[in-house]
Amino acid sequence: MLSDALKHKFDTVIARYPLKRSAIVPLLLFAQDEIGHVSDEAVEEIARRVGVRPIEVVEDIGYYSMLHRKPVGRYHFQVCTNISCMLRGGEEIFAHCAKKLGIGHKQTTPDGLFSLEEVECLGACCGAPAMQVNYDYYENLTPEKIDELIEKLRRKDQGSRIKD
Amino acid sequence: MRGNPLEVKILTRRFGLPNSASIDVYLANEGYQALKKALAIKPDDVINEVKKSALRGRGGAGFNAGMKWGFVPKQANKPKYVVCNADESEPGTCKDRVLMEYDPHQLLEGIVIAGYAIQSHQGYIYIRGEYRYLMEIVDHAIAEAYARGYLGKNILGSGFDFDLCTHSGAGAYECGEETALLNSLEGLRGYPRVKPPFPAVIGLYGCPTIINNVETLSNVPHIVLQGGDWYAKLGTPNNGGTRLFCLSGHIERPGIYELPMGFPLGRMIEEVGGGVWRGKRLKCVIPGGSSCPVLTAEEIDVPMDFDSLTKIGSMLGSGGVVVLDEDTCMVKAAWRIMKFYAHESCG
Repeated sequence: MLSDALKHKFDTVIARYPLKRSAIVPLLLFAQDEIGHVSDEAVEEIARRVGVRPIEVVEDIGYYSMLHRKPVGRYHFQVCTNISCMLRGGEEIFAHCAKKLGIGHKQTTPDGLFSLEEVECLGACCGAPAMQVNYDYYENLTPEKIDELIEKLRRKDQGSRIKD
Repeated sequence: MRGNPLEVKILTRRFGLPNSASIDVYLANEGYQALKKALAIKPDDVINEVKKSALRGRGGAGFNAGMKWGFVPKQANKPKYVVCNADESEPGTCKDRVLMEYDPHQLLEGIVIAGYAIQSHQGYIYIRGEYRYLMEIVDHAIAEAYARGYLGKNILGSGFDFDLCTHSGAGAYECGEETALLNSLEGLRGYPRVKPPFPAVIGLYGCPTIINNVETLSNVPHIVLQGGDWYAKLGTPNNGGTRLFCLSGHIERPGIYELPMGFPLGRMIEEVGGGVWRGKRLKCVIPGGSSCPVLTAEEIDVPMDFDSLTKIGSMLGSGGVVVLDEDTCMVKAAWRIMKFYAHESCG
């Protein structure tokens, strides 16, 4: 079920454009932020609201690399290995994350906590090597900083489970 | 952000102020004065001032911004649009990010002035999906500008109306190309369109549209306020103003530095960036983002402006200066860049 807040956001965003289908990509991203991926229900709902067939929404999803049809980890590590990051150890950072998490490119840990993706330039070239975890930027990375971050996120997750 | 005494701070001059993104700080530091001035003169006079400034597109193509605006038909029975390209994604480039983070109102003011110049009443800022935190900053700035009457109906009592909102991309390098961006903004896949027709005539929703980069538009308030001649003189002939250069790769002090157009590349690496890292020798430089042909260590006397780079067979591009040291494997560097363009279906 999509939340009322999300439905309200859909209405606000659609109203910005003279042509409703302009809202498709932002709506997909906002739905994914809430659900964790783009579900069938989200596709149907967005198609209905902007007045296109669901297949047209699915076609868009296949084009944009940030949109996922299947769940990714709660903490999605997106490590840049493009030129500026590569020159300062981006590939080593990616390899370290893979080893530490025990997963490869576009894989998720069995507990659903972490996923890993090698991504293209994130616009953090002067802070290379860099990555994003969900939408948060981490720059000037070292293997030690990666270890600390993974530990911190594990503890944070345990904390939130106890609260639940 | 790191600073350097050689910098000429025009666009970045408010960056160091506390809460530089807020409208109050902006207003206390000449903010929205240029808009007031622009609204009191004819739209064509604004375009002429921008033409005179020799401001050229900072996204990479380097086209004269005032001329681009001049191509929009004066009499049109269709709406006109201003689109700001904030889809920064050329590898090596990260300057639009700081312009939106530290001075979003400078950008908004530039967009409203551009809207007045071409008599448009609606603008969109197309922000790459990864820059979510920036979308929040820019959305907040837009709300502030509406609340104070710098956006919306009858701006500053001039009778001019202009609406503006952000639009999120979702990960696609190709959408940085202006016609691909328009398709993306219309809810389609971001495939480029065949030109002509140019967007100035048939753009967003088939209507006349100007598309300018974040840095390009951020320059506009300064040009209006201090004059096109003043701005042109900051740079080299036909290359007005300053430029935000992103120094990255094997450099001692990576960072974003605002330097006059035409600043020599060698001095940029040595005096601004502190030289090649770890005392190594320079192998080569990518002067303006990964699309630009590589310059060898013998070619770094070049003044960093559009025409000088074209003359030696490369491009000034988007301002992403990537330094490669003597130990770099060029085959590997080329392979990584090719892998990127293959992934993004370009070239």
